[in-house]
Amino acid sequence: MANPAKEAGLAAIRSKGWWRAHQWLFLRRFSQLLVLGLFLSGPWFGLWVIKGNLNSSLLLNTVPMTDPYILLQSLFAAMLPASTAFIGVAIVLGFYLVVGGRVYCSWVCPVNIITDAAAWLRRRFNFKGKNFSINRHVRYWLLGLTLILASLSGSLLWELVNPVSMLHRGLLFGLGLGWYVILAVFLFDWLLSKNGWCGHLCPVGAFYSLATVVARVRVSADKRAQCDDCMDCFAVCPEPQVIKSALKGADQGISPVIYAANCTNCGRCIDVCAKDVFAFQWQKFIK
Amino acid sequence: MAHQKPAPRPINRRQFLGETAQMLAASSLIAMGLMGYGKHSHALPATALRPPGALPEEDFLGACIRCGLCVRSCPYNTLKLAQVGDDIATGTPYFIARDVPCEMCEDIPCIPACPTHALNHDLKKIDQAKMGLAQITDQSACIAFLGLRCEVCYNVCPVRGKAITLERQHNARSGKHALFIPVLHFDACTGCGKCEEACILEEAAIKVLPIALAKGKMQAHYKVGWQEKQQAGQALVTPDVEHQFNLPSGKRYDYYGEGLVDTPEEIAPPFANNPLDSLNQKQEP
Repeated sequence: MANPAKEAGLAAIRSKGWWRAHQWLFLRRFSQLLVLGLFLSGPWFGLWVIKGNLNSSLLLNTVPMTDPYILLQSLFAAMLPASTAFIGVAIVLGFYLVVGGRVYCSWVCPVNIITDAAAWLRRRFNFKGKNFSINRHVRYWLLGLTLILASLSGSLLWELVNPVSMLHRGLLFGLGLGWYVILAVFLFDWLLSKNGWCGHLCPVGAFYSLATVVARVRVSADKRAQCDDCMDCFAVCPEPQVIKSALKGADQGISPVIYAANCTNCGRCIDVCAKDVFAFQWQKFIK
Repeated sequence: MAHQKPAPRPINRRQFLGETAQMLAASSLIAMGLMGYGKHSHALPATALRPPGALPEEDFLGACIRCGLCVRSCPYNTLKLAQVGDDIATGTPYFIARDVPCEMCEDIPCIPACPTHALNHDLKKIDQAKMGLAQITDQSACIAFLGLRCEVCYNVCPVRGKAITLERQHNARSGKHALFIPVLHFDACTGCGKCEEACILEEAAIKVLPIALAKGKMQAHYKVGWQEKQQAGQALVTPDVEHQFNLPSGKRYDYYGEGLVDTPEEIAPPFANNPLDSLNQKQEP
């Protein structure tokens, strides 16, 4: 029996208790705020742990970290960066290749807090049906477009409007009118399109989804036999299309592991499942 | 049973072409908007100066990844990152000379902090930086031109006596005083903006302008004769041969417009070539 989207997670709270029905969400928020906090402690309290912003940063004045997508844009603009940036990209990309590219989206990106809030409001106020639907492939077109535009213009055009880097940089260095852009993303996700930004449009997420191919950390619907079709996981998942084949593919011999590139490894499905169908799983390198 | 990965969703040709056309249409709209917005933000305001070693603006906008590490490395909080709504490309570093100029640190910490080459890592000496070019933009307001001795810009200049020199001129108004006129020299000016910050006027009469705005450029074929001569060790053109005329006797050619003129008959000079002869000459009665 499918539960209403508004009540997604209630069954899990009843059967597992509040903490176990929120633990991944809690850890995720903790991770997002920790990343932000480590960046903010410098400008706010003079305690410099990490300098810069998500585009490129320096941890403890030694470890460089550079966003591979922004560097790719710069390369498309025909500018060759210094070696620091390449080392930084290797570190960041190496990390996401192991844990899954879109872990960036759900565990690091500050916009996620905003779009999650919008999605929550959507569920609470039962906006089902009032959805401006966008093809989920649009983000890949946007990704290609941003790279082509960088190439044509010789400048990082996308970075003028990219809400992801804009918000993080803005929190650290001043956002100016960028609040309007962030507000627009929030309103768009809340009132117009379900998971519209992160799940359909964002080229940053699209880029990171490409880094999910070999990810070792995956969500697996191991105990899918216990599924009681409550649909709570579909209601809370920002990319519900990734669940179906893993959860319902037993008859076709499809693996219970969610291999889809756009699973963000947010773990919310694990939280809200009253039957403990889902779990994080480490994929061995050699099977 | 060996588990498979799910097969990709099948798609027919009609769907594929339709979707592609839609996406192309949407993409070109977004591209148009972004290109337009991008063009607007490419015009850096003249008051905004880039950090030392910054590439020419066009390249800078492709190389700078907007991370703010240069801002963090600046010990004087000179650099800022442009915010949304500023006229400067969002997230790129700049400074306003009149507010906080560049202090020209000897180790230039902002350059090694840059993970790309947006700030040229080959720049090792801050004296060779070219962040802009200071100019006296308003002689009628600069009090040096009124005959007053201000010289603040001259004295605060970190490359004192090289980027700004004081040229002494006659004060035509009073007729008896001197003017000490500040003169800018491009080869030495780093564009740090200390002079603009220090200018005592309500609105600075000396301003640091972006190089692209301030700098003139001769045509490539233009050669400065005396420089070429110095380089080559001799004049590069054949020296003029003195012109010979065959003129009628008693005529000479006047070069200053008179043309052929009569030469007055030669009168013996009153003095001989040898002064002793003159002295020995008997006085006429």
